Amino acid sequence: MLRYAALRGICLFAVVVVAVYITILIANMGGYVDQIIKSEVRFRIGVLVNQNPAYKNLPPSKKAELIEGLYQQEIKRLGLDAPFIFRSHQYLVRALTLDLGRSLYLTSDTGSRLVRNIILERLPATVLLFTSINLILFFISITLGLYASRKYGSKLDKLIVALSPLSSIPGWFYGIFLILIFAATLHILPYGGLVDVPPPKDPFHYALSVLKHMILPVLSWLVAYTFIQTYIRRTFFLMFSQEDYVEMAEAKGLPPRIIERRYILKPTLPPIITDLSLTLISSWMGAVITERVFNWPGLGTLLYMAAIMLDSPVIIGSVVIYAYLLAITVFVLDIVYAIVDPRVRLGVT
Amino acid sequence: MAGIAILLILVGISIYTITTIPYERATYLWQAGKGIWLDNPRNALPSWMNLFLPKKLPETIILDTAEKQRGVTKIVVPFGKTMSKVIMELTFNYEYDDFPSEINLFYSSKFTSTPPQLTVYWVKPNGEKFKLKDLTLSEKGAYYISNDEELAKTLINHIREKLGEEPEYGITTEIALFAKEDKSILKKETVSPLKGKYRMAIEGMLFEKDSDVNVKLVVYGKVYGMAGTDHLRRDLMIALLWGTPIALSFGMTAALSIAVLQMIIAATSAWFGGRVDFILQRLTEINMTLPFLPILIMIAVFYKLNIWTMLLVIVALSIFGSGVKTYRAVFLQVKEFPYIDAARSYGASSLRIIFLYIIPKILPTIIPSLVLSVPDFVFLEAALAILGLGDPVAPTWGKIIDDAFSAGALYKGYFYWVLEPSFLLILTALGFALLGLSLDKIFNPRLKEV
Repeated sequence: MLRYAALRGICLFAVVVVAVYITILIANMGGYVDQIIKSEVRFRIGVLVNQNPAYKNLPPSKKAELIEGLYQQEIKRLGLDAPFIFRSHQYLVRALTLDLGRSLYLTSDTGSRLVRNIILERLPATVLLFTSINLILFFISITLGLYASRKYGSKLDKLIVALSPLSSIPGWFYGIFLILIFAATLHILPYGGLVDVPPPKDPFHYALSVLKHMILPVLSWLVAYTFIQTYIRRTFFLMFSQEDYVEMAEAKGLPPRIIERRYILKPTLPPIITDLSLTLISSWMGAVITERVFNWPGLGTLLYMAAIMLDSPVIIGSVVIYAYLLAITVFVLDIVYAIVDPRVRLGVT
Repeated sequence: MAGIAILLILVGISIYTITTIPYERATYLWQAGKGIWLDNPRNALPSWMNLFLPKKLPETIILDTAEKQRGVTKIVVPFGKTMSKVIMELTFNYEYDDFPSEINLFYSSKFTSTPPQLTVYWVKPNGEKFKLKDLTLSEKGAYYISNDEELAKTLINHIREKLGEEPEYGITTEIALFAKEDKSILKKETVSPLKGKYRMAIEGMLFEKDSDVNVKLVVYGKVYGMAGTDHLRRDLMIALLWGTPIALSFGMTAALSIAVLQMIIAATSAWFGGRVDFILQRLTEINMTLPFLPILIMIAVFYKLNIWTMLLVIVALSIFGSGVKTYRAVFLQVKEFPYIDAARSYGASSLRIIFLYIIPKILPTIIPSLVLSVPDFVFLEAALAILGLGDPVAPTWGKIIDDAFSAGALYKGYFYWVLEPSFLLILTALGFALLGLSLDKIFNPRLKEV
């Protein structure tokens, strides 16, 4: 198991490396990465010179000259005057270690200009919303799918089939309508955001307020994806419930719960997890727009703000973080896959 | 069938749009430069809303002395040697239940050194006459009656003196000029416009021989056209119409080219096997874990893409998508079919086998999923527009939604602004979804049983 996990981990890390390298290549065709690094070097040297008491009495023009000289030296020392192919490796290492530089305009709530701090501050909101959404979706679709497959042809089953085209419209789009209905017309739920303004002081009410703000985004995704996912699960379950061993178990007179759990759910889990990992990957993408629609202060909104303000360090940093997030998601699911399907971890195919 | 009907309607709209409004004209109008929309109200509802509303909302009324129009008179009486007196009257009937959104008086005049002077009066249906302002004209300009604070103060004072009571809310110039001046004007809930014939009387002096003056009164309504207007007074219809061909062609081109390229890759991978297969499959896996949208956003921000280069980037990022895996699995089965062996035995080239024997074999089965994937790309384009990364000039549905969001349409209650493009987006999605599902039943009949 450990060997398998390590192997998958290495593979996925390689993917992250490639993703980040591609990001750097794309970004630096316009010279954006160079710009980030150079501005950071200049900032550091500027601070150094300004804080040094020895230079305190220098006239501003002399000081600027000094900074410029030191800056050129530093650029040489860091190898930043080398051709891009060599520099790109340096950038790659920095990006992989999350040394993402300084933002141009955006700051974190604590006032930090470090892209890493800005992103890490936004990350919990995104993770909170989208893991909740995906977990809820996953469990609803599994239970509902199982139920529908056992009651094949029932009214509920037909309803699910009939409603599955709803998913040809993405979740964020339903979000607009939910805001229109519940916030703009009925005034019972907030338009968006993470908590009430001003945020409640005690943690309990704070959590409650966050929950209230989560209702609409979660609901928008449920409307869009519950039926199609239930439909897919149901089809899986139907295929597997026609296997001989299920009929055998039924003939033995096993109670339906045990049949469902041991004989249908268990063997279908691997393909379901493969499917889940694809869904999760696309959900990280959908997250960007959903956050914009609901003004949810997560990574997606950050990326949107950065795109509007042309804050290139933040944009590149966000792409790197998204690459990590995707790889981590896939990694976790691979491990889960190996747990539910012993053939994988034993290397038998 | 419903799917085909919807799509036919959308195609019909597209053809109509492309033939009647040239693209250059549409983008020019949508840029809203040079005050081309100055005669339109801001944030007006579509006109047909009046059919459903209990209160009849005003249309925009335009009276121009430069054109021959009913209700417009202009008399120039020579006076002394060079001077002349000009009298203009602009009359209109106001039969609506709500107030106009804005009132402006645009003017243009001709003179060499001494500009004409005008005095503007406002006459209500009950005969009450107010002096609005004395104007000394420039060559081209406007008197923004709604923004005249001096006038607003005078009008409110007039109401205060007449009724002996203080109004309970801020009376705007439009309300003061159009309201019934009784107790009802004091409360926001009860104030209502006086219906009947209004008149703007303008008296003025021209000081030079060839001097001339023309005015245009615009009483902006609260409804406009078939689709209403946005915060920049643009007619939303243009973007709604032009959004249709753009959305359809964008969605279909993306879906089709991605499917074809993925199939070619999958077929190559399945046919050659071995090292080629290994490399193509690893590439696919890497591509599948790339953060597609963030990278797309990054490219769109850094390189300022227009809609067609964006399409290219989307296709380039998607050709190694999950479809490659699915198609490859099918192709691996197809590869073992006897007719492929037959082809190989008579010496058909790999190229021939891939393009003429393997890919056509599964073509019909993928058509439904291809049709079903079109809305994804239509919404992707809208999503990019909503993220502020749409084409800089092309009017699209997504851009309307983006404008509406940025202007806070949902908070301010301008629902039509969001609902109109949304309706078209839903219609498109529904059309392709219904068509795809029915095609699925035709091409893959076995699925019907499950």
